[in-house]
Amino acid sequence: MTFLIFITSGLFLGWSLGANDAANVFGTAVGSKMLSFRRAAFIASIFVVLGAVFQGRGAADTLNELGAVDALGGAFTVALCSAVIVFAMTRKSLPVSTSQAIVGAIMGWSYFTGNPVDYKVLLKIVGTWISGPVLGMLFASGLFILMRWMLRKSSIHIIMLDQVIRISLILSGAFGAYSLGANNIANVMGVFVNSAPDIFLDFGIFTIDGVQILFLLGGLAIAIGIFTYSERVMNTVGNGILALTPEAAIVVVLAHSLVLFIFSSQSLSNLLVSVGLPPIPLVPVSSTQVVIGAVLGIGLVKGVREIKFKALGGVFIGWFLTPVIAGILTYFALFIVQNVFDIQVSLNRIVDSATVVEKPGLDDSLSRINMVLPGILIVTLGLFLVIVLLYIRQQRLRMKAENELLAEQNQSYASQKTLNELEIKAIQNENELLNSKLEARQRELTNLALNIAEQRSFYADLAAQVDEAINTGDNDEKKQKLNDLAMLLRQKMTFSKETAELYGKIELLQKDFQMKLENDFPGLTEQEKRLATLLRLNLSNKEIASLMNITPKSVEIARYRLKKKLNLPQGKNLSQYLTNV
Amino acid sequence: MFAFKQSRKSIELIERFLNTVDQGGLIFKEGVKNYLQGNKDSFLDNLKTLSTLETDADIIKRKLENILYTQSLMPQLRGDILKLLESLDTILDNAKSNLYQFDVEMPYIPTEIHADLIKLTELSGSAIESVIPAAKAYFRNPETVKESLHRVYLFEKEADKLADAIKRKVFHEMNNLKLSEKFHLRYFTLHIENLSDHAQKAADLLSIMAIKRTI
Repeated sequence: MTFLIFITSGLFLGWSLGANDAANVFGTAVGSKMLSFRRAAFIASIFVVLGAVFQGRGAADTLNELGAVDALGGAFTVALCSAVIVFAMTRKSLPVSTSQAIVGAIMGWSYFTGNPVDYKVLLKIVGTWISGPVLGMLFASGLFILMRWMLRKSSIHIIMLDQVIRISLILSGAFGAYSLGANNIANVMGVFVNSAPDIFLDFGIFTIDGVQILFLLGGLAIAIGIFTYSERVMNTVGNGILALTPEAAIVVVLAHSLVLFIFSSQSLSNLLVSVGLPPIPLVPVSSTQVVIGAVLGIGLVKGVREIKFKALGGVFIGWFLTPVIAGILTYFALFIVQNVFDIQVSLNRIVDSATVVEKPGLDDSLSRINMVLPGILIVTLGLFLVIVLLYIRQQRLRMKAENELLAEQNQSYASQKTLNELEIKAIQNENELLNSKLEARQRELTNLALNIAEQRSFYADLAAQVDEAINTGDNDEKKQKLNDLAMLLRQKMTFSKETAELYGKIELLQKDFQMKLENDFPGLTEQEKRLATLLRLNLSNKEIASLMNITPKSVEIARYRLKKKLNLPQGKNLSQYLTNV
Repeated sequence: MFAFKQSRKSIELIERFLNTVDQGGLIFKEGVKNYLQGNKDSFLDNLKTLSTLETDADIIKRKLENILYTQSLMPQLRGDILKLLESLDTILDNAKSNLYQFDVEMPYIPTEIHADLIKLTELSGSAIESVIPAAKAYFRNPETVKESLHRVYLFEKEADKLADAIKRKVFHEMNNLKLSEKFHLRYFTLHIENLSDHAQKAADLLSIMAIKRTI
């Protein structure tokens, strides 16, 4: 339990590392929206843990050579001080390296406890701080030239290239996360290696020891850091030194991953030794600085104008500032922990820095825990959970698709409804128009009926008066009565209601013509206007004469006068002129 | 996560869109020639075809917009690509409107300027035709875009010069024309010339896009 409490500072450091350095691996992919943050964080977390557990030991051993922090209290303080420095510098947006912080802190511990510092190892580590970024720069330049050549040769369509880039970003990111876990887990958990529990977990296919369990915990802390804090960093990455295109980002991540892999791979080092070459120093290098080196490499290929030297200056200041501040802080923190809290920070035995602390050997069979059954159970449970989640996701997608379809159908119904409503409105308007027409016709019919009745009564009256005249014996009286009858008939002809109605209708139809006539020729009399209207209808003189109750000769004279008033030249047809008005 | 099927569909749609614009340019040239030569039926045929091509281009453009955004393809470049498609679509829209104007307004074009107008149409058409290979190159070989673009600029410059000459001729030498007829001719010359200007705008856009894509 005490062990767990003490390693919290290491876990905090792991969290800081995850929050910062995952952006080096997936920053451009997430920042350029080529990959969603959740997906990137998931991939990064898995591969960081794998790298930490299976390839993290090499670099951790080198840190141990620098200063074997042998007491839990000391390890706790060293890790805590490094974490505080990393966190504080990140908050101030300064480029910071976990590796430099932890090396500074270990140096502080060594000076405080009086343990000798192996300057050869220190030189080896500091050497990689320079060779790491330089190697990153070389790799990036080479890879960039190769990628540019391949892209020019391939003539791949931009959209297909987009898909290839996506896959490459994921693959290089996964490799980057693995290398990050392998190389940088030493920074997080390296100081606790000497205090690691002596147990083995046997999973059947593979076995992990106490140190690997420690690294697993560290890896998980990094994963939590990635999930909880790295999104903001990822979204702002790429604006620091050089705005990266996704193609360049692949190169940077690959170069970074290669450098970190090389500096943490025991097998690669052994391979070099077997062919007679010097071994590779297995040292935790700064992920951020290698990325900066790689970006610089691309900048050199593209032209130095694109490099922001101010940002580079910040990196160089970080190289000196971080270890020095970490060392001083650790020195004072150890003093407080030892004297105020009375916690042992060292076992007070001078350790020969060349040899790693040997642990009292425990009985292997006692410390070996069989994890086959729990492992199978966990894997089965995990698989079950994955299947359930996939099923739920599938259901959700189906529901979403159904809802979208439903919404689409609703929209189509709504538009259909609007169209129908418009059609109904149009039909209603037409009906109203027809109704008003029908009403007018009915009115006309009623008028006609009334007219017929009126005329019938007139004719009956007329017949009665004619009979009366016939039956009258006195010739004078008979003559008088016939004269009266003739007068009555003439009056009837002059004030015929039908004629007045006809005029009314014609005037209504020819309203525009009448108005025009009035405007253009204001001197026309009512009679002349009426004649003009009848002429426009193309009626003959005879028809006009009967309608106007005058003789055809009078119509001719009236036409002549009208022609004069309209200022028509000789030979111009009056009817034609009036039709065209 | 990986939308290879949609990507292939998008590639096909882009190719179809570019070919549609290319065909539109050719049909426009034919349409103007047929109008000037008095081939009414062929002109109406051209007008109908151009109208169909314009509608097709609009549909393809909308489909592409949909795919590029829903499948989040090329998040950094899709804005530029859609702007390019919009710019090319404007060329087609203008070509169609121009031909419709010929049909509706039936401008009187004296035979003296027939040859010049045909040449102007050829120049504007060639400017459009030269943008298409550049646009196709952008998608596969951005380094070669610039090589195709200089032709667009050349045709545009020549079209400008010729349009000026036609307008000068109409207003200074053709005194038998009414002022309204001169205005009418000026408008039609301007409209045809504008097509090459639109092609130049697309070319400008392409040249910046090509620089952005060069890594």
